[in-house]
Amino acid sequence: MVDHISGMTRRGVLTMIGLAAGASAMYTAMAGMGLAGTSNYKGPIKLEGDPKGTSVLILGAGLAGLTAALELHNAGYKVQVLEYREKAGGRCWTLRGGETYTELGGFKQEVKFTEGNYLNAGPWRIPSDHYAVLDYCRRFGVKLEPFIQQNYNAYLHNSQAFGGKPQRFKEIQADYRGQISELLAKAVDQKKLDGPLTDDDAALLVESLKRYGVLDENLAYVKSDATSIYRGWAKEPGGGVDAKGEPSDIISLSDILQGRLWQDLITGESIDHQAGIFQPVGGMDMIAQGFEREVKDLITYNAKVIKIEGSETGVSATYVDSNGGTAEKTVSADYCICTIPFSVLSQIEHNFSGEMTEAIDSVPYASSIKVGLEFKRRFWEEDEHIYGGISYTDTPITLISYPSNDYLSKGPGVLLGAYSWGAASYQFNAIPAEERIEIALKYGEMIHKQYRDEYSNGVTVAWHRVPWTLGCYGEWRDQEAHYDNACKMDQRTLMAGEHISYLPAWQEGAILSALNAIERLHKIVTAA
Amino acid sequence: MKLKFFTVVLTVGLMSQSAAFGQDFVQSGTAPTLPQREGKEIYNAICSGCHMPDGVGAVGAAAYPPLAKSDFVGSKEATAQWVIKGYKAMPPLGDVMDDEQIAAVVNYVRTNLGNAYDDEELTAAEVADIRTW
Repeated sequence: MVDHISGMTRRGVLTMIGLAAGASAMYTAMAGMGLAGTSNYKGPIKLEGDPKGTSVLILGAGLAGLTAALELHNAGYKVQVLEYREKAGGRCWTLRGGETYTELGGFKQEVKFTEGNYLNAGPWRIPSDHYAVLDYCRRFGVKLEPFIQQNYNAYLHNSQAFGGKPQRFKEIQADYRGQISELLAKAVDQKKLDGPLTDDDAALLVESLKRYGVLDENLAYVKSDATSIYRGWAKEPGGGVDAKGEPSDIISLSDILQGRLWQDLITGESIDHQAGIFQPVGGMDMIAQGFEREVKDLITYNAKVIKIEGSETGVSATYVDSNGGTAEKTVSADYCICTIPFSVLSQIEHNFSGEMTEAIDSVPYASSIKVGLEFKRRFWEEDEHIYGGISYTDTPITLISYPSNDYLSKGPGVLLGAYSWGAASYQFNAIPAEERIEIALKYGEMIHKQYRDEYSNGVTVAWHRVPWTLGCYGEWRDQEAHYDNACKMDQRTLMAGEHISYLPAWQEGAILSALNAIERLHKIVTAA
Repeated sequence: MKLKFFTVVLTVGLMSQSAAFGQDFVQSGTAPTLPQREGKEIYNAICSGCHMPDGVGAVGAAAYPPLAKSDFVGSKEATAQWVIKGYKAMPPLGDVMDDEQIAAVVNYVRTNLGNAYDDEELTAAEVADIRTW
């Protein structure tokens, strides 16, 4: 393996893969991390034809199960849903003040956030190309607001560079672009670049780089009013006397390169993160609640499935009470849509085919950690003029995300104080919640010195300790070998969920897999 | 298989929990592997996330099996293979630990947490070989 690689951010892993294996491997990895791919949603599903009283058992009331339940019920099927938790939504999950969350091992956390504040423990963003999620929001009247992914006033931070001082995104962005534009413009202008450019194109390229990089008449990127418009001023322009703006110094290309602050410049530019991108007003689970309003009566809550038995004529599932009950109940239906994560399903007694069993057993779930920190005041806005967006750091917390809502409000605000993957995430999972918060504060205060004074309370979700998923999202060991088998109907069961999609870890993938499954199911039923 | 007394297991468990406090954290953007080198520290930095600080495992919608007093770790080769490649819900961890770290943590688990397997210790060279299986 490469010595100096970036291990822990999703982007860091991608950089490594890109270096080692090239672009196509990188795309595959990006898809696997939920960073690439566009939805193939074709509008509301139309299940025409009489299901003739056919019954369907749906296992799991996450977004896949909820989608299947809603649409099959609307199409006239008899639907029953079994859900392990006391509420619907699965990973579409928001934590608010007054709630308690008990992770595996029995470790309990009380959420102490002020009313109106929340942490989206799972998905937190809705890209504008996730057409299915957006359509269901439209249907349920879920209000959306812009999620600020890229904020030029947020920070890029490398604890080993610039004396550990965070740098404003806009400064690095403008200076990096300006100086590479200068290099290229000069090389082209001096005909030092071998290439397929005609003289006309070369001249146009120089002209465009001058504009793109904000270069002066000598094709130099220099300290000036012009560059300060992009990177910020040393002294902000004002009104009246002594108000002229003073241009700011440029950060050298060498410092940017050595400090590796180019690392996250394009993180917000992939199609899943480009503006506009959204969040539901009040928390991601507004989507789950939208579904739940429609199908609540179909769901049996607190049902821990312990056995699934399929046959040529139907499927039955046996369950016990999730809270330690031993009394077994069995329900049956003509068909089954199973959305139970494979991390869990691999441990449930079943009689699926050998091929299906191999698929189920080959999908461990990724490690991820989120730490929500509530502070007494919104110092990032009041002191640092950061309204939403994300600061990136090389420390174990990976990033700090500022709330994209309730700007300028006087009360407490909640930051996403850590969101990590890989080795750092495993470490977070392995320590108690109060220690996770301490780590988030310790590294966060390198970026915001107000942290200790303003901290109020926090909550953490370490995804390998989430009792109902045993991890964050399905990571296929060998997708090529097993994915197609997992999509096949096994006797009378079809699998669905984000793991049965090429948009893994995204809600869009969960919904699309469910729509695809019920479409195929409906064809079989109506053809019979 | 020889088992230590239960009280020993409990003591180990408590020590593990306190040892987890203040551990060195991997730098998110610069290192893919854990900084810990000793078996016990590695256990507390990664294994205890699922198998719990005292190795008793956990039960939710599905379970993490106990490693304490467990036949599960009877074979050092099989244990190393699970660590490297994962098994069912267990994720592959071969990328976040090097051969020495894997050997150290496998040896730790098999001789602690109420386990007392006394066969030859797993070596880093054997781990490197198991990676090729």
